[in-house]
Amino acid sequence: MNGTDSLLEIESLNAWFGEVQAVRDITLTIPRGRVTAIIGPSGCGKTTLIRCLNRMHEVVPRARVSGKVLLEGEDLYGPTADPVLVRRRIGMVFQKPNPFPTLTIYDNVAAGLRLTGIRDRRTLSEAVEKSLKMAALWEEVKDSLTKPGTSFSGGQQQRLCIARALAVEPEVLLMDEPCSALDPIATAKIEELIHELKKTVTIVIVTHNMQQAARVSDFTAFLYLGRLVEYDVTDKIFTTPAKKETEDYITGRFG
Amino acid sequence: MIPRGYRRRKVVNALMLSLTALCSLLTMSILLFILGYIAYQGITAIDWDFLTKLPKPVGETGGGMANAIVGTIKLLLLASLIGVPIGFLGGVYLSEFGHNKFGFLVRYAADLLNGIPSIVMGIFAYTILVLPMRRFSTLAGGVALGIMMIPIALRSTEEFLKLVPASLREASLALGIPEWKTIVFIVIPAAMRGILSGITLDLSRVAGETAPLLFTAFNNRFWSPGWLQPTASLPVMIFTYAISPYEDWHRQAWASGLVLLMLVLIANVSARWILRKQL
Repeated sequence: MNGTDSLLEIESLNAWFGEVQAVRDITLTIPRGRVTAIIGPSGCGKTTLIRCLNRMHEVVPRARVSGKVLLEGEDLYGPTADPVLVRRRIGMVFQKPNPFPTLTIYDNVAAGLRLTGIRDRRTLSEAVEKSLKMAALWEEVKDSLTKPGTSFSGGQQQRLCIARALAVEPEVLLMDEPCSALDPIATAKIEELIHELKKTVTIVIVTHNMQQAARVSDFTAFLYLGRLVEYDVTDKIFTTPAKKETEDYITGRFG
Repeated sequence: MIPRGYRRRKVVNALMLSLTALCSLLTMSILLFILGYIAYQGITAIDWDFLTKLPKPVGETGGGMANAIVGTIKLLLLASLIGVPIGFLGGVYLSEFGHNKFGFLVRYAADLLNGIPSIVMGIFAYTILVLPMRRFSTLAGGVALGIMMIPIALRSTEEFLKLVPASLREASLALGIPEWKTIVFIVIPAAMRGILSGITLDLSRVAGETAPLLFTAFNNRFWSPGWLQPTASLPVMIFTYAISPYEDWHRQAWASGLVLLMLVLIANVSARWILRKQL
């Protein structure tokens, strides 16, 4: 798309919860090193779509997927693909901050590395510091790394979750409405962070908030009733959308 | 202006509030009364001899219950060795992988097992251990109590694991942490406090079981050597001494009750102490 290098290619993706189909035949290309926003009214399949990208959709009982997701040409749903390895390459930040309550700040960030087999203390503490710095949290927590992760504010907890996801050095970071549980100041911090992070990691962000999509993203996909209605450069979506539904949605006529 | 039905609402509210408060107060007072009465009756008979000496022959006063205290500890240890691993691991299976027909059957079976009268458990252990071995033993008593522990350990482990929010599992899985490590290092630690209190409650419950011991561990007026001989235990001693015609034995029965209570309390406190270091 517009000369950018593609990282993820989604081809005719369908996703179901039991008999209910949440994602209908979506084909979409996610460019490398950019922020792609997915917008649409509640229940349109935004979250389900990104959960298909790191094979988290199938964690829900009776959920299933068809179609292809190619990460640098490699099918994540291919017969030899392993969900555990897929998730190491494609990280995720959830709607509500969910730090591990039994672990300290340090252990929260180190968890991904430790539990995937990295034991070396220097490597771990370097990775923890680097990730916390990337998540713009280092200055606030460097003196309290041994405190429980749940003893901080919601915004700090969410940045801790971002640091935790970054520690395993994923190629893609999926963000599922990362600010919906935060106040405006914490939200602004996360948005600032997204601008910084896109230098090192490709970001796909689901958001309810159209202003947020306009502020942080380079590309925007508009989903409605499980289908992809329109996908283009963010400026174009918000100024001259090609489809009537998109225009109705971004001007607040429904949704 | 006072709306219609206002007075009625206030009266019903006051009535129901007092009723619920009264019932909770009643529950607490019954507990305090039992604890207080046992302590009051038992404390007078507890002395160093009671904790360290064997029972005296019938007719003599004094003596102790050292053999029954050790017997109960041995029985509970054996019961835990059987009941806790089976219940805990089974509970992990049910919570993490039991969303199928097999899981449903196991749950149902555990609930049925839990409903089996304790004396029937005793007969079961009697049939499979006492009869073939031709002797009453600590082993048979421990097995009977251990089987009784399984269903509650299983169900409480399952319930506490299910309380761990899905968001925590997802956080771990999304980091590329394999499912087994997610269960062992993230999910179980988050539920450990609850699981442990469930298991101590389970242990406390079987600690007082008398019926299944009557024809498995039987009783013994002397030290029980090893695990394959009949042994004294506090609940059976309480039963035997309480129905005896001797005043001194009645006192000792109360003291045994108090010691049993203390044992359960110690198990409870030490379980909490083990978890204290965890965040």
